[in-house]
Amino acid sequence: MLSQVFHDIEKKIITSLKDNQKQTPENLENSTNLSPDQIRRGIEWLKLKELANVEESKSSIISLGKNGKESLEKGLPERRLLDLLKTKSKLSDLQKELGPVFGPAMGLARKNNWVDASADTITLKNPPDVLPGEKSLKQVGDSKLSVSELDSDDLAGLLRRPDFVVEEVVKTKQISLTEAAKSINLDASSGGIDVEAKVPEVFVARTHPLKDTIDEIREIFVTLGFSEIYGNMTQSSFWNFDALFTPQDHPARELQDTFYLDKISAKKIGTPDQIRNVSESHKKNWRYQWDINEARKMVLRTHTTCVTIKHLAETKPDEARVFSLGRVFRNEKVSYKHLVEFNQIEGVVVGKDANLRNLMGIQREFYKRIGITKIKFWPTFFPYTEPSLQTMVYNERLGKWVELFGMGIFRPEVTKPLGITKPVLAWGGGIERIAMLKYGLDDVREFYNNNLSWLRSATKCQ
Amino acid sequence: MPVVELSYSSLQKLIGKSSKKQIAESLPFLGLDIESEDKDLVRIEYSPNRPDYSTDFGIALGMQGLLGIKIGSIKLKIKKSKQYSISVKPDVAKVRPFVTGIVAKNGKIDDKTIKQLMAMQEDLHFGIGRKRKKSSIGIHDLDKIQFPLVYTTTDRKHKFIPLNSEKELSITEILETTEVGKDYGDLLANSSKMPVITDANKNTVSFPPIINAAVTTVTTKTKNLFVEVTGINKADAEDMLSVVATILQSAGFSLEIVKISGAKNSTPKLAERKMTVTPSLINQTLGLELSPSKIVSSLKKSRLDASVKGKNIVCTIPAYRFDIFGPMDLVEEVALGYGIQNLEPTITPSQTLGQTNPVSLQLKSLNQTMIGLGYLEALNSSLTSKRVLYEMANREPKTIISVLDSKSQEHTILRDSILPGLLENVSKNIHESYPQKLFETGTVFSAANPISETINLSGISAHQDANFTEIKSVLQSALKTGFDLDIATKTTEHPTFEKGHCADVVINNKAVGVIGEINSKIIENYKIRVPVVGFEISLSESILKSL
Repeated sequence: MLSQVFHDIEKKIITSLKDNQKQTPENLENSTNLSPDQIRRGIEWLKLKELANVEESKSSIISLGKNGKESLEKGLPERRLLDLLKTKSKLSDLQKELGPVFGPAMGLARKNNWVDASADTITLKNPPDVLPGEKSLKQVGDSKLSVSELDSDDLAGLLRRPDFVVEEVVKTKQISLTEAAKSINLDASSGGIDVEAKVPEVFVARTHPLKDTIDEIREIFVTLGFSEIYGNMTQSSFWNFDALFTPQDHPARELQDTFYLDKISAKKIGTPDQIRNVSESHKKNWRYQWDINEARKMVLRTHTTCVTIKHLAETKPDEARVFSLGRVFRNEKVSYKHLVEFNQIEGVVVGKDANLRNLMGIQREFYKRIGITKIKFWPTFFPYTEPSLQTMVYNERLGKWVELFGMGIFRPEVTKPLGITKPVLAWGGGIERIAMLKYGLDDVREFYNNNLSWLRSATKCQ
Repeated sequence: MPVVELSYSSLQKLIGKSSKKQIAESLPFLGLDIESEDKDLVRIEYSPNRPDYSTDFGIALGMQGLLGIKIGSIKLKIKKSKQYSISVKPDVAKVRPFVTGIVAKNGKIDDKTIKQLMAMQEDLHFGIGRKRKKSSIGIHDLDKIQFPLVYTTTDRKHKFIPLNSEKELSITEILETTEVGKDYGDLLANSSKMPVITDANKNTVSFPPIINAAVTTVTTKTKNLFVEVTGINKADAEDMLSVVATILQSAGFSLEIVKISGAKNSTPKLAERKMTVTPSLINQTLGLELSPSKIVSSLKKSRLDASVKGKNIVCTIPAYRFDIFGPMDLVEEVALGYGIQNLEPTITPSQTLGQTNPVSLQLKSLNQTMIGLGYLEALNSSLTSKRVLYEMANREPKTIISVLDSKSQEHTILRDSILPGLLENVSKNIHESYPQKLFETGTVFSAANPISETINLSGISAHQDANFTEIKSVLQSALKTGFDLDIATKTTEHPTFEKGHCADVVINNKAVGVIGEINSKIIENYKIRVPVVGFEISLSESILKSL
């Protein structure tokens, strides 16, 4: 579709070309009073809209050379010879009068049979009124003329002679309107703007795409009856591990998996009852010497479960749905699938009738609400839940099942020492994985690169 | 999680009456994740609480149950004999007090079996052995050993030819020059006495938990095996032995007893345990209504024995299933035997009303306000580096909270400020179009009994005409709209900001942050080509209201 809205420049050019169908840009400058640059742009626009034809042609421009200018003033050498012959005939006199041009003039006059020549006298014979070349010489004069404006036969002789005329080749453009343009009614399109033209890009300010996913997940669990609780990212090992039945010599607690804070220990980690009961449970079940100093070591939480278990230990509810959402840390090498710091949501359902199928049902409902319907459950292992399951969801883009949230029922070895008497269903997992599915990312690092080209272009409404 | 590599064809042979497809589909329902597959080969991730899954023999036992090919518990048949014994000397008590063992005869040992046993041994050492600290195994060629054996100690000058060596080395040399010596020598560092097992000819059989003697190396010519486990705890050592014994019996070996005596040691019984569970616990936990007989058959499919006794189910648990602590573990065994795929998810109406945390709500509103002002939300790690936080931002560190042994140079200390991260972000985007306006809300950390975590808001604007007035207008408007708070700015100096273009942000006569034009040196160091202005304020102190 061609736009029928014109710039003033275009309008002036079209109007001028309607009056005078073929013009050079120079002609257009004169007829429209536009600057050379405006004409250049206007022609370019019209050409793009296929409203103007631009024919380019080469032409020769003729001007007089040194000898031509002399001839314009004094006459061509042969004219001067013929004029002299009216009064003089002696060869030596003629030679003296004409100087170096006598030879060529004489040659031409003899060749054209304008004179008769004997040993030392020359007489006029039958010269024409106008000699070849004289017409062109006069026409060109002090100006520059296109070859096409001159008599080519007349010019040919001058072109052959040294420095009588100078020929330059120049390119010229001829602008004309196309058939489509000839029918344009400029009056009808006045006052509009080019609404179909491309416009500059502006960038929205927005929430971070990962934050959008976090907010969406938070909202889903709130609507499923869960309340959000907050907890610190720095935690004592007691709440991060010991309270969750992870023995102190467990490989997961080692430096290479967990970030321990350098020289920082917690003075108060729990109530005396909590500490005693947890340590008893470890000693009895894992058969080792439980060390309170190990439990005091501060870590960057490896999961948000430490926040919920602490909450449950403090409130000991008979009935509750709470979740904790936030950053967790793993001492891993950063790669396309691992970050040292990522977001996790972890929630619990407490209730005397809470059971595994309810837990699976909540998961299924959650996935349904984020648009994932192809899910299945596989058994798995966590130190603090029994039974334990993981959700597998089908990633259409990758064509395979990927692991998402883990879940299970808190072990009695976890709940009893902390005085929690009702079954506790727990579930949780990384949020970045869900966001990766949502945004079609294969590299989890993208979320924290703050790469503006991605942040400005990631689709907001998913 | 540990990984075991095995082949479908050998699994099929061990399981009997099963197709490759059936096996592949059922593996996840034993709790085994298929990590990768290549034709017949399959790499399987198993949970550290099931070391019996470290070989195809163990996986085959589980799979037989799940597919109903063979059910019920695996009984260890251990032949009584007086031929094999170890006597323990009291001096081991202070270094590695316990030893146990078993003899396994007439098995077929090919390269594949040796490889599998080695892999199993390594996994056991790493997992339940806690890197050989708690317990460690030695597997030997029985026919190269003269019984009875003695478990005793020696000094560091004691010499023998260790595994993978051709010449005699002293214990000191082993600890200093061999790889295992260097890796595990620390376990013996506190002791001058070194534990050794020697045979009737005074030959060294093993130097636990470090290395075996070369003479007892198991090869494809080996017919009969002697397995010893040493450790710091008798029960843990016997747990480990029970796994090895179960696997060797399923691999076709006949087990024979090794008598252990002396210094609180005794012959291992590897006996089954009884555990009672009520059907109501099972049904309540799983949300099912299984009959006692269905429960019993499900337990049997999980390779346990069970029977109905009155209102209870009495379960018989073989020794190698020491991952079963109590009745709740039996609930899971029922679920696995019943089949997780047969559990239909149900949704019950919530008895509670959900509520977003008020802090989250306020932060969300503040985010919307910043976005309304044209600012894009950035997210940076809380665990960052001295380079970003101090060097590039020209700041002097106060108390640095660092983590130990980070695997990433970029993540070594906890941030006490957000703005330096935003500056880093702008520097990484110098090829993108301007204006660039970013903000972030997030936790910052400071040392305080032991650590205080507060929430900050920081904003940054980078473009040709960025100036103090602009950024003050933005912050003023954000706090007015967000929290109906008025700010004042009081001249101050801050190394991140240009002198004379920097102010404290004051709310209700209290300085809550800093605002200004970023120091030109920082902009230059980051090779940013436009002026940058920014601010950072603490929200926790006086702005966010928590309930």
